[in-house]
Amino acid sequence: MLAYIIRRFLLLIVVLFGVSVLLFGILMTFSPERRAATYVTSPQQAKDIPKIIRQFGLDDPFYAQYFRWIKEVAKGNMGWSLVSARPVSEAFWTYLPVTIEMNLFAAPIVIFFGIWLGTLAGINRDTWIDHSTRIMAIVGWSLPTFLFALVMLMVFYGYFNLFSPGILSDQLAMFIYDNPDRFHRYTKLYTVDGILNGRLDVTLDAMAHLVLPVMTYIIVVVALNMRVMRSGMIEELSKDYVITALAKGADKRTIHIKHARRNALLPVITVAGQMVAYSMEGSVAVEVVFNRQGIGWWLAESAIQLDMPVLMCICLFMGVVFVVTNLTLDILYAYIDPRIRLT
Amino acid sequence: MGQHPRLRELKFTLHRIFRNPAAIIGFTLLFFFTAVAIFAPQIAPPKYAHNPYIMPHKGYSPTPKPPSKASIFGTTSGQYDIFYGAVWGTRTAFKIGLFVVGIATIVGIALGAISGYYGGIIDEILMRITDIIWAIPTVVLAMAIVVAFGRGLDKIMIALALIEWRWYVRVLRSEILTLRDQDFVHAARLMGVSDLKIILRHILPNAIYPVLILASMDMGSMVIIAAFMSFVGLGAPPGYADWGQMVALARNYIVGPPDYPFKFWYTIVVPGGCIVLFVLAWNLIGDALRDAFDPRLRRR
Repeated sequence: MLAYIIRRFLLLIVVLFGVSVLLFGILMTFSPERRAATYVTSPQQAKDIPKIIRQFGLDDPFYAQYFRWIKEVAKGNMGWSLVSARPVSEAFWTYLPVTIEMNLFAAPIVIFFGIWLGTLAGINRDTWIDHSTRIMAIVGWSLPTFLFALVMLMVFYGYFNLFSPGILSDQLAMFIYDNPDRFHRYTKLYTVDGILNGRLDVTLDAMAHLVLPVMTYIIVVVALNMRVMRSGMIEELSKDYVITALAKGADKRTIHIKHARRNALLPVITVAGQMVAYSMEGSVAVEVVFNRQGIGWWLAESAIQLDMPVLMCICLFMGVVFVVTNLTLDILYAYIDPRIRLT
Repeated sequence: MGQHPRLRELKFTLHRIFRNPAAIIGFTLLFFFTAVAIFAPQIAPPKYAHNPYIMPHKGYSPTPKPPSKASIFGTTSGQYDIFYGAVWGTRTAFKIGLFVVGIATIVGIALGAISGYYGGIIDEILMRITDIIWAIPTVVLAMAIVVAFGRGLDKIMIALALIEWRWYVRVLRSEILTLRDQDFVHAARLMGVSDLKIILRHILPNAIYPVLILASMDMGSMVIIAAFMSFVGLGAPPGYADWGQMVALARNYIVGPPDYPFKFWYTIVVPGGCIVLFVLAWNLIGDALRDAFDPRLRRR
């Protein structure tokens, strides 16, 4: 087990190194002149470009520039963001809580509904319950997140005039901005900070703004979870121990919930890593449409304005999150299921 | 009887697929879209013969106009004809899907077969490279590549093709790993059949089904991702017949005036409906293929 963990950990470092080289490689497809042009703000400075290239060593060989870059990254210096007019690493921490907040609300609901509906479909295989969850899953897969988000806005905001886009209504946002001493940003999550500051109106308002994004997100992401749970359930129910339990006269509910579902949960853990990737992708579309200034929104905005340092920072961040989650899940998986012997 | 077993198997598979109502809906939708794509010049005659993908527009008013005789689905922001865009957008969608999935499948099959069949150090290196690309979500990495290459629909297609093969390598490799040590492969090797022939004639036909299912599902999801990137503003230039771009044009009109909030419904329903139905078609087909090929469900 320990040997496995160490091996995986070493591989993790290899993968992260590879990711950083890949990202830097993407950046280096820009010519030195183009990269130097980032420093140029007026046409008069254009003649200085060769000087800038020499000064910053922009035409050095790849490895020299890479090591110069990775040294700065290791120190936490990710460069300057044009979009946010701040250092990337500083801006990152203002956008991250917004994304985390949405995921904190969405993830438990996705997990709960996925497992519940998947179990239901697996138990009632080939009945109308199974067929309708299947149709739901296929339609959910076919709905582009951004389009579904727009339709949600159209119906709930446009027609019913509920749930406006954004993170917080303007009045409250202004209040918090003007009175940093009366509203402390302990966690940077509005819903939690509202409670901590005794301002329930802020919490409720932030939650009202979360309803549509979270709903969009759930309907699009829940399908995968549900289908994996369903096939796991079907597989378990066809096994001998279920038949034995039935023969002994155990009631169906106990068999389904206590025996089969526990085992069927295992494959769900293996796709959890994939779910993390989906949720990161999904948050880009949701944040862009609902105008929530989180990591996904920042990414899209930076892509439009060619803000390469931000793109690299987000790619690197997501790479780290994904690789670390997967390693954790694999270890967890082996821990939960003693049949798996890691080598 | 007396048929080649592979042919018999194929017949059985087709029979299974077309017993499934979902598959029939899927293939009908696909047939419809294919027909629209092929006969686009007849359905919506291009105004600019040299570049039929540019949507014709009368005037520059940003306010959409409702369906009328002149344009049966109305016009979207910038007075682009929605019907024309929907028809030619079908071609764009097929172009995106076929290009990305085609390249990803070829690269994925080649690398997956080599990696799975030979194993050893080649496998290790290829798999680590796959791991590296695997670590970053598709949309995020595609955005970074598109920014580096420059905007445009063709750049989006290249970026997605550069990323998407990672799925095919993994799927095919794991299939081949289970086949590699089976008796019929050993027998073929003992008989002196060359590696290339073993892979092409004996292993790939048995390992290809999961790849086909994946490819079918991917046709849809690649169109979704490309549409999203167009929607964000990284795709085709304004006026290009592309569904994602048309949704982007509709974005400011999803909420109409207070007395009639759904006033501009046609600007989003038409291109959005096209995307959903196109993707749905491929997903239904992929789902039906999965059922038809699943050995656990097959002979029951």
